[in-house]
Amino acid sequence: MKYTIDELNDIAKEVRQDIIKMILKAGYGHPAGSLGMVDVFVAMYYLVLNHDPSNPNWIDRDRLILSNGHICPARYAVMAHSGYFEHKELMQLGEFERILQGHPDKRYLSSVETTSGPLGSGLAQASGIAFCARADKKRFRTFVITSDGEHDEGNHWEAVMFAGKNNLSNLTMIVDRNNIQIDDFTENVMPLEPLAEKYKAFGWSVLEVDGHNIEEILNACKKARAIYENPTVIIAHTIAGRGVDFMENNPNWHAKAPNDLDAQRAIKEIRTMQGKIKEYGE
Amino acid sequence: MIDKKMFLSDKIFKKDIELKLMRDGFGYGLLEAGEKDERIIALTADLKESTRVNYFAEKFPDRFIEVGVAEQNLVTIASGMANYGKIPFCTSYAIFSPGRNWEQIRTTIGIDGYPVKIIGAQSGLNIGHYGVTHQALEDIALMRVIPNMNVIAPSDYFESLKATLSMAVDDKPYYMRLPRIESPVYTTDKTPFMFGKANVLTESKKPESLIIATGLMVYEALLAYKELEKNGIETIVINVHTIKPLDEETIIRYAKLTGAVVTIEEHQVIGGLGSAVSETLSKNFPVPIEILGVQDRFGQSGKPKELFKEYGLTKEDIAKAVKKVIARKNS
Repeated sequence: MKYTIDELNDIAKEVRQDIIKMILKAGYGHPAGSLGMVDVFVAMYYLVLNHDPSNPNWIDRDRLILSNGHICPARYAVMAHSGYFEHKELMQLGEFERILQGHPDKRYLSSVETTSGPLGSGLAQASGIAFCARADKKRFRTFVITSDGEHDEGNHWEAVMFAGKNNLSNLTMIVDRNNIQIDDFTENVMPLEPLAEKYKAFGWSVLEVDGHNIEEILNACKKARAIYENPTVIIAHTIAGRGVDFMENNPNWHAKAPNDLDAQRAIKEIRTMQGKIKEYGE
Repeated sequence: MIDKKMFLSDKIFKKDIELKLMRDGFGYGLLEAGEKDERIIALTADLKESTRVNYFAEKFPDRFIEVGVAEQNLVTIASGMANYGKIPFCTSYAIFSPGRNWEQIRTTIGIDGYPVKIIGAQSGLNIGHYGVTHQALEDIALMRVIPNMNVIAPSDYFESLKATLSMAVDDKPYYMRLPRIESPVYTTDKTPFMFGKANVLTESKKPESLIIATGLMVYEALLAYKELEKNGIETIVINVHTIKPLDEETIIRYAKLTGAVVTIEEHQVIGGLGSAVSETLSKNFPVPIEILGVQDRFGQSGKPKELFKEYGLTKEDIAKAVKKVIARKNS
């Protein structure tokens, strides 16, 4: 089924509400990063990925690796909307023996591709997959989502060098550039800029997008498919906590679950796009 | 006497017993495994020759990956390759891998049980003059504690070769530690090797103690056995090449037969072979145990022989421990 961008923006809005409800119910989670990456996940699952939710282990599917596993509520919610599992599972996030473990756990849900959470390893894993896929002349692409904060990890830069050295053009990384991490803004904790120049210096192609513009994300991924020389990084400029005014750009909401009142306010804000539209029945 | 069913070398106690590298056993084993199975690939972190992965690299350049001096990368790239469907062998020195990349091994290999094989060369005190920074004495403990992980410490060239072939056809994660120095080839190509099955090397009608050894210390244990035999003390020597899963059945059976146990390993006494044996016996058949190994100390530079003497890893130390444990049993 084809969706218009407007329809996808509506889905993104529903996903954001789901995320607040999931984290409220679980009493644990990372709302800011999750809300910030909703549009990227919607673009990936609805427009970019060559995949089949009814056959998640299809051998030629595009791979989507989530390195910063802590934003899994966003991925889970979009996967539920696109048919990987029942929507009601979302309300069992992080509960005993449920498929949606607190961090992605491949043993419980193979379609997350990798078990992840500890930062800095996802790009290396994705590079390993892309390296083998190219050697075996497979046509699928490997995508990996990383956070900006995890660029502090040495393991990440080891993999940046590896992918650059091997010209892994079948590999695309999307960096969630929201500028926050647990302790503070990234540029205060450990400055990353000039990030684009760093990637260029390591032999990557660099694209930059508005991480909340689904069309821009789609176009960048299309462009990345056409680049044959080297791996591509798409720096997605996002607003952490996007859609909820009091969470936006606030490091305090990196890893804090909302209480009931916060959640009500948040859901209302998302529904009304921060008061820009009237709520039903209002 | 030596158990004939073990098909040990005729020269086992001769001066001219052949000396070979366990690393070569690994290198040639990997080459053979690679010929049999195209899914086998090999990675190194800038230590191609000294880990002996170079034999494979020369034969299969397209299946050999150099990741640079980056051990975290080494195992996480391998994790991705295993996720894809390959059987990766990761080669480095034990102090760096699994020394430096433990969490990556746990998260990206252990949890999902990927068939990644981690080869930790130059383990133990025997790396000698390199000194304390390069002497991995904690690697067995680090790997043993990870669920799904299998741990092997071969005791000579042939065993290293057989262990490599064995893990290559198993779809589980493995850690294998290898020493730097040449060691006596006391087994033969006919000596049985079954993963998870300890080799009982000697037999005796009235053994007074059991000696359980792993890695380079197995031959040292055999020398101690010989010495003790001359003094009228009969022992049974067991080679535990597979530290995890431990061959509990064999260990319990012989603990019952002897009533006294000495363990010896070129590793910290905390968390290694001695710990594993103690855990098993304390639950099933408690007997007096003497645990030989590095006693919660760091190493230093020196010749392997000097270091083994300083840290209590010689046949004399084993013989002394055997007498002590027998006395404890009889007291």
